Amino acid sequence: MTDLTHATPAPHASPRTGTTLQYSTFFVNGLYFGVEVLAVQEVIRYQQMTRIPLAPPVISGLINLRGQIVTAIDVRTRLGMDPRPDDQLPMNVVVRTDEGVTSLLVDEIGDVVEVQSAQFEPTPETVRGTARDLVDGIYKLDKRLLLVLNVSRTVHLGSVDPTIPNGGR
Amino acid sequence: MSDDAVKEFLIESAENLDRLDVDLVELERDPRNAERLASIFRTIHTIKGTCGFLAFSRLEAISHAGENLLSKMRDGSLLLNSDIATALLRMVDAIRHILTHIESTGTEPEGDDSEIIEVLSRLKDGLAAPAAPAPTAAAPAVPLETPALPPPFTAAAARAEADASPIADGGPVENRRSGDDRRSGEDRRTGAVSDTSLRIDVGILDKLMNLVGELVLARNQILQFTAAQTDTSLTGATQRLNLVTSELQEGVMKTRMQPIGNIWGKFPRIVRDLATQVGKQVELHMEGKDTDLDKTIIEAIKDPLTHIVRNSVDHGIEAPEVRLRAGKSAEGLIRLRAFHEGGQINIEISDDGAGIDPAKVRATAVRKGVVSSEVAARMTDHEVLSLIFQPGFSTAEQVTNLSGRGVGMDVVKTNIEKIGGQVDMQSTVGEGTTLRIKIPLTLAIIPALIVADAGGERYAIPQVNLLELVRLEGEQVTKGIEWVRDVSFFRLRGNLLPLVHLDRELELVEAAADASTLDAINIVVLKADDRQFGLVVDTINDTEEIVVKPLSKQLKCVSAFAGATIMGDGRVALILDVLGLAQRAHVVSDLKATGVTTGIDTSAHVDSAELQTLLLFRAGEHERMAIPLHSVARLEEFPATMIERSGDRPVVQYRGKILPLATLGSSDDARHEGPRHVIVFSARGRSIGLMVDQILDIVSDRIVVQHRLSRPGVLGSAVIQGRVTDLLDVTSILRSLDPEAAAA
Repeated sequence: MTDLTHATPAPHASPRTGTTLQYSTFFVNGLYFGVEVLAVQEVIRYQQMTRIPLAPPVISGLINLRGQIVTAIDVRTRLGMDPRPDDQLPMNVVVRTDEGVTSLLVDEIGDVVEVQSAQFEPTPETVRGTARDLVDGIYKLDKRLLLVLNVSRTVHLGSVDPTIPNGGR
Repeated sequence: MSDDAVKEFLIESAENLDRLDVDLVELERDPRNAERLASIFRTIHTIKGTCGFLAFSRLEAISHAGENLLSKMRDGSLLLNSDIATALLRMVDAIRHILTHIESTGTEPEGDDSEIIEVLSRLKDGLAAPAAPAPTAAAPAVPLETPALPPPFTAAAARAEADASPIADGGPVENRRSGDDRRSGEDRRTGAVSDTSLRIDVGILDKLMNLVGELVLARNQILQFTAAQTDTSLTGATQRLNLVTSELQEGVMKTRMQPIGNIWGKFPRIVRDLATQVGKQVELHMEGKDTDLDKTIIEAIKDPLTHIVRNSVDHGIEAPEVRLRAGKSAEGLIRLRAFHEGGQINIEISDDGAGIDPAKVRATAVRKGVVSSEVAARMTDHEVLSLIFQPGFSTAEQVTNLSGRGVGMDVVKTNIEKIGGQVDMQSTVGEGTTLRIKIPLTLAIIPALIVADAGGERYAIPQVNLLELVRLEGEQVTKGIEWVRDVSFFRLRGNLLPLVHLDRELELVEAAADASTLDAINIVVLKADDRQFGLVVDTINDTEEIVVKPLSKQLKCVSAFAGATIMGDGRVALILDVLGLAQRAHVVSDLKATGVTTGIDTSAHVDSAELQTLLLFRAGEHERMAIPLHSVARLEEFPATMIERSGDRPVVQYRGKILPLATLGSSDDARHEGPRHVIVFSARGRSIGLMVDQILDIVSDRIVVQHRLSRPGVLGSAVIQGRVTDLLDVTSILRSLDPEAAAA
C-alpha cells in the first residue's frame, strides 16, 4: 500500500487573505481537482471493493482499509460524469469527514500543490448541475485550472439527491 | 486536598449510595438482619468520615444524624419501621443531591437540611425532643487515623466493622483501591480478596476490544493461508495463534461484562417508592443477578427495564383490596429473571397482577386508529397484545398519571431491537403478565452463517436469526417450490414457508437464472419477528465468528444490511439485516400496513382456525382460489353467447335484471366458447357475477392464513387439501365493480 500523501500540515488561512494553501490534487475525467490537504487521510491505489446492492449508484462499494471499513464514493458518478472505462482502475483519496472516513474514487492522483489565495475565483456561473454545488471555486494556476472540491458536500448524500433511484425501501 | 481525592470520594459514594438503597429496602423486609444493618451503618459512617476530611460540612451533618439513628438501631434499642426507612431513604436522596452538586461545581449547594436532620434525630430518640444535630465527636477523629490518600474509606470501614462484627480485619490500607467498594459488605470482610480488583476506563476496554477484533481478523486470514501449507512448524504455530486469539477474545470480552444485578440494584428502591405512592404492596423477586452482559448492552437495556418494572407496579399489580377480592394475597409479586440460553441472554419480567385484557387493547387500538376494527377482530389475542408495542398506542388515560402500560412501550421495543434483541409479551387476565426479552451477549463479535449470491459475493447472516438449512436436490428443485403468482413457497413440515430470493431481493443482475435449471436449491430458514421465511441463496459456506462493523451514514438508507465485516481473505462482506430484508420482501409487514391492505374485508372471516366451508375454483392465472361459501349467493352457468357487453364491462341477463360480470386478472372471456361458470354474490338486493374458469370443489377445512400478501384482491394464502390456495378478497372485488353493493 503506497502512501502518497505528504504529511506536512499546511499553514492554513482563509482563501481571501493572500496566504499559501495546500491542496491534494487528482484527476477526474480529464479535469483537475483539489481537496484541502488537511481533510485527506491518505491516498492509496486501487483496492478490492465489495459492491453494495440497493445502495445509491454513487456508492461504489466498501473497501477494507487496514481493518477499517470505508465507503467508496465514485467522484465521476457524483459529478454526473460518464462512468470510468472498465480497463481503468480508480485510485482512492481517503478523506475524513463528518460522515466518517470516506474514500473518493478518482482517475489519477496528482501532487500536493501550494496555491496563493490571490489565484482564487468563485465558480463561474456557466458551470451547472451537480458540479456547481460541489465545486467551491477555481484556482488559476500557471498551466491549468484547479477545481476545489467541497469534501463534506461530496460525501454527503442527501435524500433530495436525484442520483439515488433505489436507496431505501 | 487534591481534586483526585474528591473525585474518588464521589465515585465511591455513588456506588455506596446505590447499595444503600438496596440494603435499606432489604432491611425493611427483615429488620433484624444484623449484617444488612452493619453494612448500612458502615456506608454512612464512611461517607461521614470522608466528607469531614474533605470539609463538606453539610454532608457531614446529615450523615452524622443518620449515623446516630443507625447506631441506635444497631444497638438493638430501635427497630426499623416504615417511618425510619422513609427517613433514611430521604437522607440518601439528600446526600445524593449534594454529591451531584459537588460533582458539577466542586462545592456543596446552598441550603440546609435541618428538617431531615431533625426528623432523623427525633426518630433516634423514639419520637421525642427535637434535638439539634451535633456534628462533633466521631467525625474529626477519622482523618487522624488515616492520613494517607486515597480517602480513609477502608480504615473507617474497618473500624466500623470492628464495631459491627468480630470477624473484621484491618486490612492493608494503602493497597486498597476504591474498586473494591462494589463488593458487598460480606465480601469485604474476607480482606485479601479486595486487593484483586481495580478500576479501568471503559475507553481503554473499548480500544482493547477493537484491537482484539483486528486480531481475530488477522488470525482468520492467517488460518486461510496456512490451510494450503504443509510446513508443520508453521501450522503448529498457527494453531497456537488460533487458540491464544480465541482465549484472548474471550478474556477481553469478559472484562466488558457486568452482572445484570448492577442495573437491578436500583429496582427495589424504585418498586418500594412507587408502590408506596400508589398504595400497593409489592414484593420484588430477583433471580440470576449474576448473569453477565456486555457493558454497552447493560446501558441499552437500563431504561427499557426500568420502564417495564414501573409499569408492572403501576398497572400490573392491583391494589391490595382488589387482590384480596380476587383471592390473591394482598402483596403482589414482581419477578425478574435473567439467564443465559443458546448464546443469548433471556430476561423475564413477570407480575402476578391483573393481566392485560385483549378486548380492552383491541378497543383502544381501534379507537386510536392503530388498526382497523376488521383487522383487530381477526387478530389472535397474542397478536393483539403485540399492538401494545405499536407507536401511538396507550391505554394510559384509564390509569394513573405515572405511566400507562403501553406508554412508551414502542420505545422499549425499539431500544431493545436496536441492540439486536426481541421482546415478547404474554398475559393472562387475572393471572399476570410476563415480558420476555432476548438479547445477544455482545454486539462486537457474533457467530454468523456465511452465504453467497450467484455472483459469488458473500453475505453474513447473524446466527441469532437462523433456524435451519434446507437443501433441495433433483426433482425437488422444481416440485418442492410452489408459486402463487410471483411469490414462491416451500412446504416445511406442512407449514408454508414464504421464500425470499436473495439475488432478486438485492436486485442483482445475475438473478435471471431460472430455478428449473439449477441442480440444487439452498434455503436458509430464518426468523424475523415471529415469522419464518426461507432465504434462497446460491451457496452456503460456513459459520464464522465475525466482527461487526457499522455502515457509514450514507448507507443507513439501505435497510437490507445491518453492518459489514471483514472476511478471512481481507474482503469486506455485508451483514444481512434479516428483519429489514423480510420487510423489504413483504414477508413481514408492520401491522399498520396490513390494516390498510386487508382492512376492507368484511365478509370473509379467514384468519381464525375455525371450521369453514370454502368454494374452490380456478380463474385465469389463479390456479386455486377459495372463497367462503356463505358469501356466495348462487353458482350459475351461462352459454358464452348470452354474455353481452355494457360499456366496457361484460354483463348477462339474469332473472330479469342485468348482472354485471367481473373477471380475475386476465381470465378473458373471449378465449372460451363453451359455457361460462359464474359465481353470483348478492348484497343489498344487488348482484354481481364473477366469471371463473372452473369450479373445483367445496371443502370444509380449518384454514389458517399463513401468508398475507399485499396484493389487491387476495387476502392471503393457506394450505387447503394439501395445496397452496389463495383466498379471494370478495369485498375488494365487489367494490371495484359496484361500490354501493360492497358497502353493505
